[in-house]
Amino acid sequence: MKLFPLVFANLRRHKLRTVLTILGVALATFLFASLRSVVTTLNQGAEVASASRMVVTHKTAIVFPLPMSYKERLATVKGVEAVTWANWFGGTYGDGKTFFAQYAVDPDTWFAMYPEVGVPPDQFEAFKNERTAALVGKGLMEVFGWHVGQDVTIRGSIYPGDWTFTIRGVYTPTVRAFDDRSFMFHYDYLYEHTDHRAIPGWFVLRLSDPSLAPQVAQTVDDMFQNSSDPTKTGTEKAFNQGFITMWGNVRFLMNSIGMAVVFAILMVTANAMMMTARERTGEVAVLKTIGFTDRTLFGLVMGEASVITLTGAVLGLGGAKLLYGGGGVTMNGMLPGFDVTAGTLVLGFVIAAVLALASGIVPALRAARLSIVQALRHVE
Amino acid sequence: MKIPLVYNLRSIAQRPVSTAMTALGITLVVAVFVAMLALAGGFQAALVKTGSPSNVIVLRRGATSELTSGISREDERVLATDPRIATGADGQPLISPEVVVVVNIPRKVGEGMNNIVARGVNEEAYAVRGIHIVAGRKFESGKSEIILGKKIVPRFAHTAIGDSLRFAGRTWLVVGHFDAGGSALESEIWGENEQFMPVFRGQVFQSVIFRLKDLAAFDEAKRTLEGDQRLTVQVERESVFYAAQSGMLTRIMTVLAVMITSIMAVGAVFGAINTMYASVSSRTSEIAVLLTLGFKPRSILASFLAESAAIAALGGVAGGLLALPINGIVTSTTNWASFSEVAFAFRVTPGLLLGGFVFALVMGLVGGFFPAWRASRLRVVQALR
Repeated sequence: MKLFPLVFANLRRHKLRTVLTILGVALATFLFASLRSVVTTLNQGAEVASASRMVVTHKTAIVFPLPMSYKERLATVKGVEAVTWANWFGGTYGDGKTFFAQYAVDPDTWFAMYPEVGVPPDQFEAFKNERTAALVGKGLMEVFGWHVGQDVTIRGSIYPGDWTFTIRGVYTPTVRAFDDRSFMFHYDYLYEHTDHRAIPGWFVLRLSDPSLAPQVAQTVDDMFQNSSDPTKTGTEKAFNQGFITMWGNVRFLMNSIGMAVVFAILMVTANAMMMTARERTGEVAVLKTIGFTDRTLFGLVMGEASVITLTGAVLGLGGAKLLYGGGGVTMNGMLPGFDVTAGTLVLGFVIAAVLALASGIVPALRAARLSIVQALRHVE
Repeated sequence: MKIPLVYNLRSIAQRPVSTAMTALGITLVVAVFVAMLALAGGFQAALVKTGSPSNVIVLRRGATSELTSGISREDERVLATDPRIATGADGQPLISPEVVVVVNIPRKVGEGMNNIVARGVNEEAYAVRGIHIVAGRKFESGKSEIILGKKIVPRFAHTAIGDSLRFAGRTWLVVGHFDAGGSALESEIWGENEQFMPVFRGQVFQSVIFRLKDLAAFDEAKRTLEGDQRLTVQVERESVFYAAQSGMLTRIMTVLAVMITSIMAVGAVFGAINTMYASVSSRTSEIAVLLTLGFKPRSILASFLAESAAIAALGGVAGGLLALPINGIVTSTTNWASFSEVAFAFRVTPGLLLGGFVFALVMGLVGGFFPAWRASRLRVVQALR
């Protein structure tokens, strides 16, 4: 402990070098935390899925709709407590550059199915009672600067034409990772304005007991197997994960870049430590002469490396947590609930510790093994 | 007078470890930079190649992708009579009415299914789209036969010739594999449009593609067809249409690449600064000697900048070499316009490598500037004391 002042005195000798090295480590850990958080946030999106909800889609592909008559038949399956359905509208707003999801939903059953969608009761009533009303996520309202009561026109691509809706409610997700940039409106409105051509895109089921999921999936898919519209039934989690794999091999990409970053910074830190040690050869010899043990000298160099990497890690990881923790950063709404998890922070510190060890070990060993006679011969 | 570069190169060789470490930091930055842009570039190239400037794609008005479009048989017949359509070697007009759907088929490695575009075409599509069979034969009209893009073959199960795939309630015999010059079409399943139409979306095509007799006639064709009272269509040049489909994802990938590598670059620059400062301070007396010999401070500045740039150049070349082997490696992502998988190859171009090298030089010059500045400001008397 009493050696700490010596470590700090050494750090202060080349202030610029120390500061630059610490900042280098800070940048690396910041980048590491950011990249890893992309992966954890995507996974978390699948984790928010309720275990008691299942999604029924067309077996061939999600773009094919399912007949409305399935609703009654799904409701009769043992273990199914509630059924609702939705349609993907796929329209564009304004210049069409900002993408957001629009769904046609059945107000009564949909919101009962998704308690995560928090809507003030009076706004929900207003939405329910007006056929052309829309319910919009808080995040989306902010993106476009919309306000309640405003008319917005969305250009349909699957359902051609201009569709005008009146915003009657704003929802705030009660779970952070739940999407807050969706635009929802009445299924009935869509149905009537497409000459009754629109049919549900997918059904959502609520089970009385999550453990029944495999049986329910089997029963439902068997039931429609020989119809013209066979189904694929899976848990909500599997459904969400299907969308994650849409990103391609993100995990691999993020991890390999993360590795490269950590490695690059290892070079910078290790180099700084070695330069420092080399410059102090004479000094180390003097310390040894006046009675410092090999072990103490080893500790001195390692201590210096540790202070540098750990300070850098605190700055980098802390900075990432502060920046993302507020929830302001969502990558254009694609990563709702983007945040640095505790696991990432722990891993970040572990990496910093390894970095300290790897960058300090060679110079520290060299200091410990230094022969006094050899070293002092060079001192002028 | 300039200090010979040899002086710097020898100085670098004096500190092999420190030089190597600094260069290695830069190497990794350049490698990540090149690799990420090669990813974005490869994806874009695959989609851009899918469209030909001499082709015209007709979609329903308002449709943003082929999947959300629909063209009725009547409309297709109207389109087919357009006089601007080129004629093929067999005397038939080069027009391909296509059924485009997405099917879910099992992957080869690991578990799971993936979405793939299935496209129903006619006999003219081979000529219009410029694809050719590399194994097996074309599908026969009236049969449940399909041909597969060659990038699907290694990635999915039951894709060999003679195997059969099951989708849309029918079993389809694989009779051939085709090549489309690396474009996104190589990630598609093709069959006859008359076979796909009844089992998927009923009596409607998703898009109609035709070859123009005369490239310059596009504007006229667009005006005429979009103005035709019988049709509600939008007409686009095929190359422009497919390039636009890659826009969003390419933009995201490029922004990500630039963001990540700039942060990394700052770290590498810090490393270069450290190295160069250490280098300058350990060579104080050397610099003083140079000044005494009559070299101008300006020359000293230039010399140290060159030294830093040389270290960075070493890193830049190594980074390029490190990233080079990924060229041609096939990876896949989801095309957000069709919700289906597109396989494409990383594309490391000479321009990209040059960009990486220049990036490395910039890191070296920025990192070397302040240390070089300090070296050039040294006072002879103090330094030699």
